[in-house]
Amino acid sequence: MGLFTELRDSISRAVDRMFSDAEPKRIGIYGPPNAGKTTLANRIARDWTGDAVGPESHIPHETRRARRKENVEIERNGKSVSIDIVDTPGVTTKVDYKEFLEHDMEKDDAVRRSREATEGVAEAMHWLREDVDGVIYVLDSTEDPFTQVNTMLIGIIESQDLPVLIFANKTDLDDSNVKRIANAFPQHETVPLSALEGNNMDEVYEKIAEYFG
Amino acid sequence: MPEAKSGNSSNGVQIDLISGARMDGLTSMEKIRLILDGVRDGNIVVLEEGLAPEEESKLIEVTMTEISPDEFNGIEIETYPQTGGGNKGLLGRIMGNKSTKKLTVIGPANQIETLHKDENLISALVSRK
Repeated sequence: MGLFTELRDSISRAVDRMFSDAEPKRIGIYGPPNAGKTTLANRIARDWTGDAVGPESHIPHETRRARRKENVEIERNGKSVSIDIVDTPGVTTKVDYKEFLEHDMEKDDAVRRSREATEGVAEAMHWLREDVDGVIYVLDSTEDPFTQVNTMLIGIIESQDLPVLIFANKTDLDDSNVKRIANAFPQHETVPLSALEGNNMDEVYEKIAEYFG
Repeated sequence: MPEAKSGNSSNGVQIDLISGARMDGLTSMEKIRLILDGVRDGNIVVLEEGLAPEEESKLIEVTMTEISPDEFNGIEIETYPQTGGGNKGLLGRIMGNKSTKKLTVIGPANQIETLHKDENLISALVSRK
């Protein structure tokens, strides 16, 4: 039964994608906390609409609600693609409010932030199963990509048959190692970039148009 | 798993090794409940065959809804990373590609720490509460 359910769902998703060209694709920006997802979402939104998506911070779980920027028109090679960017909270399997105390936060604020963060992660998982048409998976290229969250998330994305691009972010930092990410997920295309500095954004937009257009 | 209980874990850490056969008969939510109930009791749960990706997604979602300050910080979960070419497309599934089966270790986030992980070895440090 599982096989036929999967087959039916896959065909249904493929048909949906074929006949929904007029609708903007909802592209979820996923990844672990502090990978630079909001910085990237803001970079894309500012480049093509002039507006930002949300505040950026070095404190983990700054984004605690999925935020959507609609109808972002990206033009590349004479082709125009329209996407809705969904910036999601960093996915994790654990949240300890005490981590926030290290960022000079009062206990009440830290507890509230951790509660919002857990709600945000749950919401992000729900979006991934129900409400996105493609995924940009953002990784900090200075960090080891072989984490459980990355392995699981990529597996979940693949099981949904969603198109996915892996962005190796923070290439402006000395410790950046793009090859390590490409080797970790050889079945997917890895695009290096610095969302903060705006490095390699031409290739970023080309790939977005190619994969999600 | 009432038959598996033998005393509490005050003097040690209880490890539940759950066979694939036992999980096969359960719904997704029953699997998640079985795992989280064990982990919230301070046990280390080892699944012979792991969870399907969708179940992993739901496990994260349900874990998040149960996190409570000073009581439950979430879970640590470890499986072997997929080797290259893990893209299980439609064809792969039709051909019976069942590579989602993988040993999985799950424990309370504040009691289990991964020391090393590669494609063939997971080494973890487990502590009492």
